[in-house]
Amino acid sequence: MSATGSMKDYRMTGYAGEHHHHEPSFLRTYIFSTDHKMIAKQFLLMSLFFLLLGGTLAAMIRWQLAFPGQPMPGGGILPDTMAPGGIILPEFYNAMVTMHGTFMIFFAIMPLMVGVFGNLLIPLQIGAPDMAFPRLNMLSFWLAVPAGFMMLASFWVEGGAAGAGWTAYAPLSASGEYTGVYLGQQLWLVSLFILGFSSIAGAVNYITTVINMRAAGLTWFRLPLTVWALFVTSILVLLAIPILAGALIMLLTDQTLGTTFFLPAGGGEPLLWQHLFWFFGHPEVYILILPAFGIVSEVIANGARKPVFGYHAMVLAIIAIAFLGWIVWGHHMFMSGMNPMLGTTFMLTTMIIAVPSAIKVFNWLGTLWKGNIHFHPPLLYGVGFVSLFIVGGLSGIFMAAAPVDIQIHDTYFIVAHIHYVLFGGSLFAIFAGISFWFPKMFGRLMNQTLNQIHFAGTFLTYNLVFFPMHGLGLEGMMRRLYDTTQYAYLAEIQFWNVFITWSAFALVAFQFLWAFNFLWSMWKGEKAGPNPWRANSLEWSAPSPPPHGNFERMPVVYRGPYEYSSPESEEDFLLQTEPPGARPGPAPDPEPIAHGEEA
Amino acid sequence: MNHAAAMPLDETRPEPGFGVYNLKLGMWVFLLSEVMFFTSLIGAYVILRFAHPEQFAAPGEVLNVPLTAINTFILICSSVTMVKAFAAVERDDQKGLQLWLLATIVLGATFVGVQVYEYIHLFRDGFVPDAQAYAAGGGPLYGSTFYLMTGFHGLHVSIGVLCLIFVFIKASRGAYSPSNVGGVEIMGLYWHFVDLVWIVLFTIVYLI
Repeated sequence: MSATGSMKDYRMTGYAGEHHHHEPSFLRTYIFSTDHKMIAKQFLLMSLFFLLLGGTLAAMIRWQLAFPGQPMPGGGILPDTMAPGGIILPEFYNAMVTMHGTFMIFFAIMPLMVGVFGNLLIPLQIGAPDMAFPRLNMLSFWLAVPAGFMMLASFWVEGGAAGAGWTAYAPLSASGEYTGVYLGQQLWLVSLFILGFSSIAGAVNYITTVINMRAAGLTWFRLPLTVWALFVTSILVLLAIPILAGALIMLLTDQTLGTTFFLPAGGGEPLLWQHLFWFFGHPEVYILILPAFGIVSEVIANGARKPVFGYHAMVLAIIAIAFLGWIVWGHHMFMSGMNPMLGTTFMLTTMIIAVPSAIKVFNWLGTLWKGNIHFHPPLLYGVGFVSLFIVGGLSGIFMAAAPVDIQIHDTYFIVAHIHYVLFGGSLFAIFAGISFWFPKMFGRLMNQTLNQIHFAGTFLTYNLVFFPMHGLGLEGMMRRLYDTTQYAYLAEIQFWNVFITWSAFALVAFQFLWAFNFLWSMWKGEKAGPNPWRANSLEWSAPSPPPHGNFERMPVVYRGPYEYSSPESEEDFLLQTEPPGARPGPAPDPEPIAHGEEA
Repeated sequence: MNHAAAMPLDETRPEPGFGVYNLKLGMWVFLLSEVMFFTSLIGAYVILRFAHPEQFAAPGEVLNVPLTAINTFILICSSVTMVKAFAAVERDDQKGLQLWLLATIVLGATFVGVQVYEYIHLFRDGFVPDAQAYAAGGGPLYGSTFYLMTGFHGLHVSIGVLCLIFVFIKASRGAYSPSNVGGVEIMGLYWHFVDLVWIVLFTIVYLI
């Protein structure tokens, strides 16, 4: 833990080429690893598990919505406290929607974005041998795992899992008397509190690493946009999660110690929970989407073989969105009884976010414009992201307008919106990122044909599932509704719920194709050279997968990350390590690769 | 935190970071997070107090202000001894380092001890966080916010004392030298932060 070791020591020990280490044990390599790439893979495994779990819950929710009161196929294995005879109980339905949201947001998308791509890409793309604090990094992962399983275990405690929604609005969440859920809600709170430690440990690591450990010549404006996005995201994590932690503690003491922070009976303020939760919650939204912006910029520039259009504008837009994200939380609360004057303020700040978001969208389109587009799977997912994010962004503007929100608040319109930005947005970017950086994790490429089929199937069925939800919401179908057929006006449009459910099952089926491709390619995929996508940033100058310590020797950076089709080079790419002027024999690894068909 | 932790400034690197070594930068970043944590607790307190002023008793009515004032002085003194410990290691005064660290540990532990004593007495007077059992002056929100803020601060001091003991053990094994002050310096940063938070808490909880 030497604080001021000399530069020489760092060079001597930090890089694989000069690193004399014996083979570490199985336990140190795969379980308690301090290597950022292994930790990224561990996070990947963990979050894919919770993604599967969240998806299963979603499928069950869809069954109930399409066929209320009918026994669910295979539902017989659930205990009678959840679904006697396979028929989902209302209490269990509440727990399912709560836990679907919680698992997907906190244990699937967030660790996929920050845990996987943050860990994998930050050291590789800044030319560092590892994170600033490798052991803290390991701790971060090993706090997330017990938190996840604690959350999962809450299904089987007395009273079942938390059922007050993923937002846990007080006073519903503050007293078990309202929901019949005591221990489940408390486990929910403690689990998220522990996960918060994991996230903060990660954020401290990422911020320190990006500031202090960039390779020589890697100035701030030569950083890939993924690093920028992850850096800004880490700042949001660092500052937003502790607010949630404070709120969770207060809610927990309301539940257990008899305090009344959020309980009106003792003078508490239920609205205070909403303010605290959304003051965390809106930055959290950007924690989930900013890394996606970075990934998509990366794959679109690579696929279009052009520099990112407006690199500086992209960076400033990320910073602007992150900043504005702190002053818009009230737009979640237009209908909460908050002062309407305040609502107007929040409406204005929220709409301003459309400006940097639109800058990003136009810049992606500008990047594609007249590009020599290679429709490889990462590009397909990236373009899918842009198109679905536009839909989600536009429906966001509907909700930002307070008068419109009065009509659509807490309806399926909201459900459609969040899934357009979180599934159509974040998850498509995650598919793009995993297929793009798969070689840096496993040394192989994912099967491109299967990826293309998965993309097409997912894109189609995804829209069949979520687009009609806008209409259901406008028709007045409530969010978190157990039985749609209770209401005559909803029973009339039940066709759409059945339609969405069948589409959702098809959507799930396509995800199994992806899972098969993932597992198959891990062991049997085509071997990738160091630079299969002919990309520029530093990770592509390291072997696939990079060894412990990442780089043979310390990289020196001479240029930005997006110099595609540069007149300086005969190739259509220029590694960041390529010195200026000295042109250029063939690139280190010119091995041409599978790019899918060209435009 | 082996090799990768050490990342000093070097003139051959055009972009050398902030010129602060990793441990120190990491601690500063972590403390930003801590600022936000206490902000959430203090913010909730401010909102609840403005919304329900009748629930909060006048200063000195329920809480023992003189006792806590002395305790505040003890904590401030512990910051001074922490500075002395850091000054000692910078001039390679190993005995001084150990002595001043030990003094900081004793003062920090005393602070926690006095706080526990204060809690016990307040509990006896019916000043409890439980709204059902609340019997002291003001209303239940008073007790709830008091224990929330002072309790989490006390937890931070306790963790700080444990870390200080760890640093002390390392120091007595001669782990620190003028070229290796990181452990002592970041300990000091954390300790001063906790001290600073207490000055804010003492002011808003006990004095106004």
